[in-house]
Amino acid sequence: MSALSTNNPAACPGCLAGPPEPVSAPAVDARLMLSLPTIHCQACITKVEAALDAYPGIKTARVNLTLKRALIDAEPDVKAADLVAVLETEGFEAHELDPGALNDTATRNASKDLLMRLAVAGFASMNVMLLSVAVWSGATDATRDLFHWISAAIALPAISFSAQPFFRNAWSALRAARLNMDVPISLAIVLALVTSLWETWLSGHHAYFDAALTLTFFLLAGRWLDARARSAARSAAEELTALEVPRAMRVEDEGPVEVPVADLRINDQVLIRPGARAPVDGVIIEGRSEIDRAMLTGETLPEVRGVGDAISAGEVNLTGPLTLQATAVGQETSLHRMAALVAVAESGRSRYTSLADRAAKLYAPGVHILSAFAFLGWLIWSGDMRVSLNIAAAVLIITCPCALGLAVPAVTTAASGRLFGKGLLIKNATALERLAEADTVVFDKTGTLTTGKPRIENWDQLTLAQKSVAYALAEGSSHPLSRAISDKARAERLAVADLLEVAEKPGFGTQARLGEQVVRLGRADWIGVTPADDSICAALDLGEGAPVLLTFTDAPRRGAAEAIAGLRAQGVDVVLLSGDRAPAVARFATGLDIEDWHAAMLPEDKARFVEKLRDEGRRVLMVGDGLNDTAALATAHVSISPAQALDAARAASDMVLLGQDLAPIADALAVARQATRRIRENFQIATLYNVVAVPLAVAGLATPLIAALAMSTSSITVSLNALRVRGRG
Amino acid sequence: MNVLAYLIPISLILGGLGLLGFLYTLKSRQYDDPEGDSRRILSDKWDDRPKE
Repeated sequence: MSALSTNNPAACPGCLAGPPEPVSAPAVDARLMLSLPTIHCQACITKVEAALDAYPGIKTARVNLTLKRALIDAEPDVKAADLVAVLETEGFEAHELDPGALNDTATRNASKDLLMRLAVAGFASMNVMLLSVAVWSGATDATRDLFHWISAAIALPAISFSAQPFFRNAWSALRAARLNMDVPISLAIVLALVTSLWETWLSGHHAYFDAALTLTFFLLAGRWLDARARSAARSAAEELTALEVPRAMRVEDEGPVEVPVADLRINDQVLIRPGARAPVDGVIIEGRSEIDRAMLTGETLPEVRGVGDAISAGEVNLTGPLTLQATAVGQETSLHRMAALVAVAESGRSRYTSLADRAAKLYAPGVHILSAFAFLGWLIWSGDMRVSLNIAAAVLIITCPCALGLAVPAVTTAASGRLFGKGLLIKNATALERLAEADTVVFDKTGTLTTGKPRIENWDQLTLAQKSVAYALAEGSSHPLSRAISDKARAERLAVADLLEVAEKPGFGTQARLGEQVVRLGRADWIGVTPADDSICAALDLGEGAPVLLTFTDAPRRGAAEAIAGLRAQGVDVVLLSGDRAPAVARFATGLDIEDWHAAMLPEDKARFVEKLRDEGRRVLMVGDGLNDTAALATAHVSISPAQALDAARAASDMVLLGQDLAPIADALAVARQATRRIRENFQIATLYNVVAVPLAVAGLATPLIAALAMSTSSITVSLNALRVRGRG
Repeated sequence: MNVLAYLIPISLILGGLGLLGFLYTLKSRQYDDPEGDSRRILSDKWDDRPKE
């Protein structure tokens, strides 16, 4: 209290240094947001802020270490891409985020609301507990009654405010004729209040005001942790959307140009690469492709679309590049659709029943039956309504899933906090539990185990005609080798050759018509060339015979070897699947010491492979990044994709690796297994307390003191046990 | 025992002050970046007030 009353000016000279400057309203449209997955300390904050503040045109830059983001208020002409480059020279990985796609205020308000109720419940329960201690230690007669009345005066308004979420949930469940965890909770709280009021009115010995409040407090704590974890998951999902959405390829006179989606206007022509989502609603004016609408409509079969057909924003283009003429643009539709996509991705694996749900299904009916039996038994035996009601309330309070309500959220919060610190975002609430069950890890090679940014080696040996055809073929594809070619060609400002009927054949390459010739760019065995050595290569066929071999270099991703060694140490089988040629895959697999590898796998082969493992009873963790992994990612028990993955792949996977390093995958498995173990332990602890306390309650021996002790100790034990997951990291 | 008539309201008011203080910190968004705030105190950069 002294700190509040003595306002020592010397402690804060800055506060008196001058009148506060008027806080200028930041220009919302000039706000930039960067994701900084690798920052971790105070020095990082200072370095990033200093680097950003020094950049011309930036008014303020503020790093949020908890969210690992930088918020930048800048002049409208400052480009996020330049800032990313600035930070990369400082040694920080940075990705641009679209602030428009990050509307996490709603979820944050929800958890703020819970926190406020939690604070009120905590305040009230502490005061009532103090009053109760006096009663337990022997206050009698008028003093006890007075204390009970004061407790009632605190408890009634406090509970009617803080326990509202439970009452609301219970009411909506009852109206739908269902039972959920909130029904026994609400019943216990209300029954405890009613019997306590009755007892107080009759100057009785026992009142449960403290129990009702402590119950509310602990349960709200569980709810709040849960809301926080869920809002973290949602903001992670939104962050991924925000990472991807803002850019589109607009077709202009001199070729496709990358522009922010917000700049697209109706009638603009937009190029959509295979694997990408349409950024606008539009009509196809060039190209023919298959469209995956599963995310929007639930249809699993892709539909073939050609010139003249309509495409809606959010549909995933699967095979060939498409040029759209935009018919509807604007934030409203696209944001609406993105929100729907996030929701679908979040509920994607609803078939899996989480441990908490399984526990609740057993628990909720059991509690009611037990309490009803206790009530009826005592009513028949003693014929005393007051005693029976008291016993029933005691049983409900003791069995109330206080520790159960904390058991899962406390562990999940601790575990996902720890994994987030390592750069792993968990999109799905049950992903941790499913990850813990994984016994086989299937890796994709290109882009997952490798950096996915191959560089072309023999570009300078090509003729100008070959280069421009290769550029044109590569431009429509999002395959890493194609990206390497088009990046290189764009850097040289080459002209795009005029091609017709461009179509990507996933797993093979891209094919088009140049005048009368069929030109192809793709896998060497598809085009019919035998590579001289086993390096990464593609072939270019101009239709004039003698296809040209293009060679590339690609290095393993940082931490790949550690991740594989770490996974093996935990008794998990590692499998490598690749669409690449056998010799290249073999060389790469030997380098990483993987014995079980499969090369030249087509997308459906990968999915079938994962399916086969699943049918053998294995729980597969799929790690992949590409269009050709999407089916396998969705088939697998649990899946991870790197942040650089195609958005189709990321939408299909449960977790996303933010950094470049692969090592967190092994840690993630260890943490997930530990977390699941803790959740089970927590259930056991909660059950143990019930086994001890319930017979006491049914026998009528549970005084408010015993109820308070059993409840608090079990909740605290469970929370402490959960915190062990956090570890020292 | 008459002293209770003063002590109980006083303890409730003090507790209530704590509650109001907490609600104030909640409203003024002081929990947006707990990790960063705990680190920033180590920075030698002068910082009159947190940037918006």
